[in-house]
Amino acid sequence: MSSAPRPYTLIAELTYACPLHCVYCSNPIDFTRHHDALDEADWRRVLRESEKLGVVQVNFTGGEPLLRSDLEALIAEARSLDLYSNLITSGIPLERERLERFRRLGLDNVQVSIQDARPDESDRIAGREAFHRKLEVARWVKELGFPLTVNTVLHRQNLERIGEVIALAEELHADRLELANTQYLGWAHRNRAALLPTQAQLEGARSVAAAARARLEGRMEVVFVVPDYYAQFPPACMDGWGRRFMVVSPDGLLLPCLLAHTLPGLSFGNVRERSVEELWSSSPGLAAFRGESWMPEPCRSCERRSIDFGGCRCQAFHLTGNAAATDPACSLSPDHQLVEAARSEATGPARELAIFSYRTPRNSRESSR
Amino acid sequence: MIPPDAKPALAAKARLRFDQTSGGYLLLYPERGLALNATAASILKLCDGELTVDGMVEKLQGEYLDRSAEELRRDVLEFLEEMARRGLVQVPG
Repeated sequence: MSSAPRPYTLIAELTYACPLHCVYCSNPIDFTRHHDALDEADWRRVLRESEKLGVVQVNFTGGEPLLRSDLEALIAEARSLDLYSNLITSGIPLERERLERFRRLGLDNVQVSIQDARPDESDRIAGREAFHRKLEVARWVKELGFPLTVNTVLHRQNLERIGEVIALAEELHADRLELANTQYLGWAHRNRAALLPTQAQLEGARSVAAAARARLEGRMEVVFVVPDYYAQFPPACMDGWGRRFMVVSPDGLLLPCLLAHTLPGLSFGNVRERSVEELWSSSPGLAAFRGESWMPEPCRSCERRSIDFGGCRCQAFHLTGNAAATDPACSLSPDHQLVEAARSEATGPARELAIFSYRTPRNSRESSR
Repeated sequence: MIPPDAKPALAAKARLRFDQTSGGYLLLYPERGLALNATAASILKLCDGELTVDGMVEKLQGEYLDRSAEELRRDVLEFLEEMARRGLVQVPG
């Protein structure tokens, strides 16, 4: 098994701790069961071993990576390895002096999440007051000479304000704006009834984003990510399982995606015990869905199998209970009616009362008992 | 259109990196990267915000002896315009 593909990007999830409680958080529901197990020396070794394996970009993320006091040391290590480093943050808690330090140490890009263009709405999604602070941080980012990415997750409660989000990103002089529709996994799956948009909302937002992309070409990159539920074919989740992206979780698991450790029956090794290279090439969890031999029909004989790699394994598990099924988001999947049912619920006359379950330690513990 | 006296620079978000594995250069920017051929890498290495397009062409002539200045200028401009459209090269003015 020495023929593992070359990973290009390391997603370093430094901690699952976070001051925000976003209702679509991409961390696992049972995040309270996972503890920060890697110290500074471990993370620095992970960076070195990843670079040796071919990685050229690192995303420092979480949870909230700012909660790690060794973030400075990790940025410096990434810089010394000539890795392109990206800090993915809520902006809280951050002082301008610390951001200045990151700049001196060679951090390349800062991505700030903004939940909505309106303060009250943004704070309601985040589950705490954060909006004004985020804007302040975004302004510091530009003042200090960093490139700025603004990331806004889209859903039925903010899609109509996409124009305001774009205007806000322009006002902040963002270099890149990610308009990422919610993908319905983990916390977002739990809150799906409150978040899944209608086709009409989505189409409206898509055309606003397309116009902005054309207008801002060369100044601000505008990325619009369609939700899997409304795509005819699933996207190439993580660009294929164990192919281009490596994730290291706060507890040290080497994963192909952010939620792979929530799939039953897969074992992923820990970077505290084995080298990144050894795990990448031979951990059974990574081998499970690499390549095409695991594929069921209709994927196995589908001409799109080398384009979308069968879609998202976590989505297959969430919706069918079987991680090895064709992603039900695919219109060719035998389980596609599950996605169609959710879509028609989103337009139905009697929708379930949409009450958020916030990503809080308490909600995590209660549901992982 | 980029004028010949413009001084292109790499965008703040983009960084060139030599890649041991492939032996070529990569242009890295948030969440993405481009694998560059030798010509593209030579051009981007000259995008320092000081050198004009004409100056770049002059330098490249030493490297690409089989191409005329006209051909080189056309290639350089075409490539830089594509990079500017992608927001990876900035052309002040």
